[in-house]
Amino acid sequence: MSIRGKSAIVGAAESDLGNVGPGFTPLDLIGQATERALADAGLEKKDVDGLFSASVYYQMPTLSAGEYLGIRPRYSDATMMGGSSFVSHLLHATAAIEARLCEVALITYASTQLSEGGFRGVSDPPNPYETPYGPRYPVSMYALAASRHMHEYGTTREQLAEVAVAAREWAKLNPKAFMRDDLTVEDVLASWMVSSPLSILDCCLVTDGGGALLVTSAERAKDLRKPPIYLLGAGEAHWHRNISQMPDLTVTAAADSGRRAYEMAGVGPEDVDVAMLYDAFTINPILFLEDLEFCEKGVGGTFVEGGRIAPGGELPVNTNGGGLSYNHPGMYGLLLLIEAVRQLRGECGERQVEGAVVALANGNGGVLSSQVTALLGTESVL
Amino acid sequence: MGELSDEMASAEAPSLTYRRHLENGKLGYQRCTNCSAAVFYPRTLCPVCGSGALEWRESAGWGTIYATTAVHSRNRDPRNVVLVDLDEGFRMMCRVESVAAEEVEIGTRVRFGVRRGEEDEPVAVFVREGS
Repeated sequence: MSIRGKSAIVGAAESDLGNVGPGFTPLDLIGQATERALADAGLEKKDVDGLFSASVYYQMPTLSAGEYLGIRPRYSDATMMGGSSFVSHLLHATAAIEARLCEVALITYASTQLSEGGFRGVSDPPNPYETPYGPRYPVSMYALAASRHMHEYGTTREQLAEVAVAAREWAKLNPKAFMRDDLTVEDVLASWMVSSPLSILDCCLVTDGGGALLVTSAERAKDLRKPPIYLLGAGEAHWHRNISQMPDLTVTAAADSGRRAYEMAGVGPEDVDVAMLYDAFTINPILFLEDLEFCEKGVGGTFVEGGRIAPGGELPVNTNGGGLSYNHPGMYGLLLLIEAVRQLRGECGERQVEGAVVALANGNGGVLSSQVTALLGTESVL
Repeated sequence: MGELSDEMASAEAPSLTYRRHLENGKLGYQRCTNCSAAVFYPRTLCPVCGSGALEWRESAGWGTIYATTAVHSRNRDPRNVVLVDLDEGFRMMCRVESVAAEEVEIGTRVRFGVRRGEEDEPVAVFVREGS
């Protein structure tokens, strides 16, 4: 039995974003986002009976969020696989809703890392087979993948820079984006090198931010405030945790998660109007465009040339400005889904993709480790 | 298999067996006696077939650079981090010594060696063929 079209996102909101200031906790931002998402949906807090969260702050994130929000869920899921977790939560919530284990699911996340002074990541114990060599986590791991892609396929730093420039062009159209000033390929190439071939402008932002999504059954979604955005299909996959265990650094598990999502949804890449591809680093969208079959393996660098993924281009990618220019609160996957929902509702103002009815969101976690792909659609494509 | 490997077959933690190989100037890895897969990092179960029958082997120490990055930090020279494909069929993270970080190239043949880390622990490293 397929879960295609069985659930819908009915509420979506960000918390305050950027640099929220001293004293705020991630739970404070979760509170903001939850209130806004409930208002967006026309639901009340007492309607929520399923709670989904992941965190690098709280070891028991649904317990912390449930306590703060005053929610006593009958279904609780703290699946943690990095930035993709929240796309995974959408799939898991749909399964739980379909199994009648909950009816209204809240997926929420936030970080206040910037206000605390900088990047805050996971705190795994040292790995005796990697830590002694001093890779900078996580950028060096993505840099290794970029080096291999460049070696095998002739991908260039200029092509990587095109990803950052396209993201900035979209960000200029998003009032909530953190970085909105001009950016050129030359600027990216001239910025300071972090872990070659990735310079600082190949890397995502380090910001505060968070969000909340409300998911319910297709049946209940019909009577709520906003047009339901249906889950057409989703798939998850992970093949490794540490970069030295990734079988082929030019092929991510999105090849599996994407195929599973497309098969469930009954659509293909040619049907996608907006692609939200987790851009922690500029190499990511290039890998995901290939693995999600928007282009052949190896030609992702050529694909992004000439503004093809920028405003006015053939394929709108990361229309909020992405993790590179809009916001990246440590884990970014929830914000991918919020933008996908807004595009399909037609709420995106200057950056709206006209007539968008199918959106793809691909969450990435760890060091290209976990991939979760979701296809969302309006009622017209059910 | 060498004498060293025999006596350590299953008596201690995989990480400690690995380290004991390094202390003796050797690069240890595991081979699955069921499916013949080369296994690294050391484990208690073969990640290919699921067998627990892993035996220790000593690598000949020759490999090829698979991926490379130069990690930059303020006020010090960049350091090199690589992934090396060993000839026996396993991959490991490492560094290449005696060469500027940015000059390490994918495809270069490298040879294993052991250095002492900050706390005098043995650390596997590589040098370029001929150096």
